[in-house]
Amino acid sequence: MLILHCPYCGVDADETELAAGGEAHLKRFGPGSSDDELHGYLFTRENPKGVHLERWRHASGCGKWFHAARCTATLEVFGTYKAQVSGPPQEIRDAISAKRPGWSWREFS
Amino acid sequence: MSKPVSALMGAAYDGIVRVEECGLQGMITLRGDLASKPVAAAATGATGQDMPGQRRANVAGQSGLCWMSPDELLVLVPHAEVGDKLAAMTKALGNAHSLAVDVSDARAMFRVSGANAREVMAKLAPVDFAPGAFGPGDFRRSRLAQVAGAFWMEEDGSFRIICFRSVADYVFKLLKVAAQPGSAVGVF
Repeated sequence: MLILHCPYCGVDADETELAAGGEAHLKRFGPGSSDDELHGYLFTRENPKGVHLERWRHASGCGKWFHAARCTATLEVFGTYKAQVSGPPQEIRDAISAKRPGWSWREFS
Repeated sequence: MSKPVSALMGAAYDGIVRVEECGLQGMITLRGDLASKPVAAAATGATGQDMPGQRRANVAGQSGLCWMSPDELLVLVPHAEVGDKLAAMTKALGNAHSLAVDVSDARAMFRVSGANAREVMAKLAPVDFAPGAFGPGDFRRSRLAQVAGAFWMEEDGSFRIICFRSVADYVFKLLKVAAQPGSAVGVF
């Protein structure tokens, strides 16, 4: 059972209160982009065994979207952070580095 | 004009707690920047209650304010006064970026009272109801078994529950099952 801290309402929300929203920090490629870029945006997803950044929605609670950094192998949660960012904030990166030195995920490390 | 009726016409059940449908309750959803003056003035003016903090409810009788999310309040007013209160709130909000809508007919409200109220609630929602973790005035939006619900604890230790009107019958049956005689666990 996954328990994530909602950064908006401050609840340690049980997984059954949340809705998974897929991979975090996708860069959108719309009209005018190349076929390869659009294909990558639509279909290419990370599937790591280890550190992963995801989007979640506190669906049965405050209804807000937020981000979570966690390990897919151990279900360990490194931290959660608000949705209005395009990459994990420094304290989240530090928290991951403390547990998983040398980690990288897409362009972040 | 047709006569308004609540979802379950005040149905009640007595088990290890008393479960009752509260009847008609006026509810107004207010969205906007809760720190802004017009929004606070509209909310407090309609209810006479202070602005609630995070996950808190300030309710007295049928009037009150509940914290739904960082930009949303649920304004409780007596059902007969919804129209007037909403008009006054809309006026108080003025040009502030906000939204106030009457949602009274979309909701149902229940009360769960009795010594085992915490226990009955804990059977249905993934929330820590231990006395130190959830007390009078605390408010949560969560789920009740399979449907969305919101609830808060009142000063006397009873709970009030809000759910969508379309699932009122389901929630009432849930509460009845959770309150069956002999089903007390004695965990709190």
